[in-house]
Amino acid sequence: MNGVHDMGGQQGFGPVLLEDNEPLFHAPWESRAMAITVAMGASGQWNIDLSRSARESLPPALYLSSSYYEIWIRALEQLMLSRGMVTAAELSAGQKISPPVKVNRVLTRETVDAALKAGSPTERHIDQPALFKVGQKVRARNMHPQGHTRLPRYVRGHVGTILQVHGGHVFPDGHTLRATPPFNVPVEWLYTVVFDGTTLWGENSDPTVEVTVDAWESYLEAVS
Amino acid sequence: MAGHSHDHDHDHSTLSEMDVRVRALESLLTQKGYIDPAAIDRIIETYETEVGPHNGAKVVAKAWAEPEFKAWLLKDATAAIASLGFTGRQGEHMVAVENTPEQHNMVVCTLCSCYPWTVLGLPPVWYKSAAYRSRAVLEPRKVLGDFGVALPESTRIRVWDSTAEVRYLVLPKRPAGTEHLSQAELASLVSRDAMIGTALV
Repeated sequence: MNGVHDMGGQQGFGPVLLEDNEPLFHAPWESRAMAITVAMGASGQWNIDLSRSARESLPPALYLSSSYYEIWIRALEQLMLSRGMVTAAELSAGQKISPPVKVNRVLTRETVDAALKAGSPTERHIDQPALFKVGQKVRARNMHPQGHTRLPRYVRGHVGTILQVHGGHVFPDGHTLRATPPFNVPVEWLYTVVFDGTTLWGENSDPTVEVTVDAWESYLEAVS
Repeated sequence: MAGHSHDHDHDHSTLSEMDVRVRALESLLTQKGYIDPAAIDRIIETYETEVGPHNGAKVVAKAWAEPEFKAWLLKDATAAIASLGFTGRQGEHMVAVENTPEQHNMVVCTLCSCYPWTVLGLPPVWYKSAAYRSRAVLEPRKVLGDFGVALPESTRIRVWDSTAEVRYLVLPKRPAGTEHLSQAELASLVSRDAMIGTALV
C-alpha cells in the first residue's frame, strides 16, 4: 500500500530533533504499551507482517499525528477487535464482558526470557535456485500493491546492483494474505540491492551517496 | 477522558489519554487471560536494564581488539554476535558494516522502525521520527549535519534501509591513540549513535 508510512524521500518534516539524555520511555504508559504489544505477539493470532500492516493501515492523518507507541496501541486494538479477541465495549470499559478466544501461548515471567532470546527468525529453506547473483543489475519493479509490501516507493522503477544474497526468507506480501492462523507462509530469496543516489534522486543530488534496500526476489526483475 | 478540552496542553492531554487507555487495555487483557502482568514487568525490565547499546559496544570493542573476531563479524554477524550471548527478537539476522576512510555507513528504516534490538535495545525517538525516516535516504550528509557530524567530501555514504528482517550494526572506525586500552575501556568509548552511523564513535 502506498501509505504515509513509506517515508523515504518525503520532504517537509524538518530537522532531526535530538534530545539530550533521552529516557528510554517518555511516560510509564509507553513501557507498558511496548511490553503488552510484545507479549500479545505470542498469542499467535497475527504475525509480524500483519502487525506492521495494521500500523500502516491507520488513517494517514492519525498515523502522522500519533506518537510511536500510540501507533502500536491503536494497531494492537485493531488487530484484536478484528479477530473478536476483544470488543469495543470491553476496550472502553477496561473490563472483560465476553469470554476470551483461544490463543496459542501466554508469556509468563518464567517463559518470557527464552521467548525474547529466541526471537522469530524468518530464514527458511528454499528449493529453487536464486534468480540473481552478487554484482548483477536488477530493476525494482514499478508495482503498487493494495496490500502490505516492503518495497519502498523511492526505489520502484530504478536500477540497482545485487550486493548480498541472504537466502530464503518469509515473503511479507504473501505472509499477510490470510489474516488468521494458519497463515500463508511463502518463501522467497532475499537480496540487498544497492542504488546510486543520483539514480534515485537525480543528477543534482549528492554523488557520494548510495542507498541499499533489502528486497525479495519478486520485487526485482533482470535488466538485460 | 471526561471533559476533554481543546485548551488543554496537547502533550499532557495525549499522555493522560494514553495513560488511561493503556491501563484499561492491560487490565482487560489480563482479565481475559491473554497476558500475565509479571511477564509485562519482565519485558520492561529486560530492555531497561539488560539489553541496550552496551551490548553493541562490546561487539565493537571486541572487533577493534581482535582481528579474527572482526573478520567473523563482517562475514557472519549473526553467529559472531551470538557468541557473546546476544540473540533473539529483532536481531535474528544480523549484518555488520564497517566504516572506513572511503565509506561511511548509516542505518534507517524508512517504512517503520526496524532496529537491532539485541545489540542496541529500543530505538530512540529520533530514529523513529518522520524527519529521520524521510531524509536519511535523500540527504544523509545533511542529516549527519543535524548530528554535528561533518565527513570529508570524498567519503562515500552508504545508507542501509532495513526493509526486511535483516538488522544492521555499524562498526565505527577505531579512534587513534586507543592502542593501550582494554576491551572494556574501548567499549565505554562507543556511542549508540556511532553504531547507527549518526556519530563517528
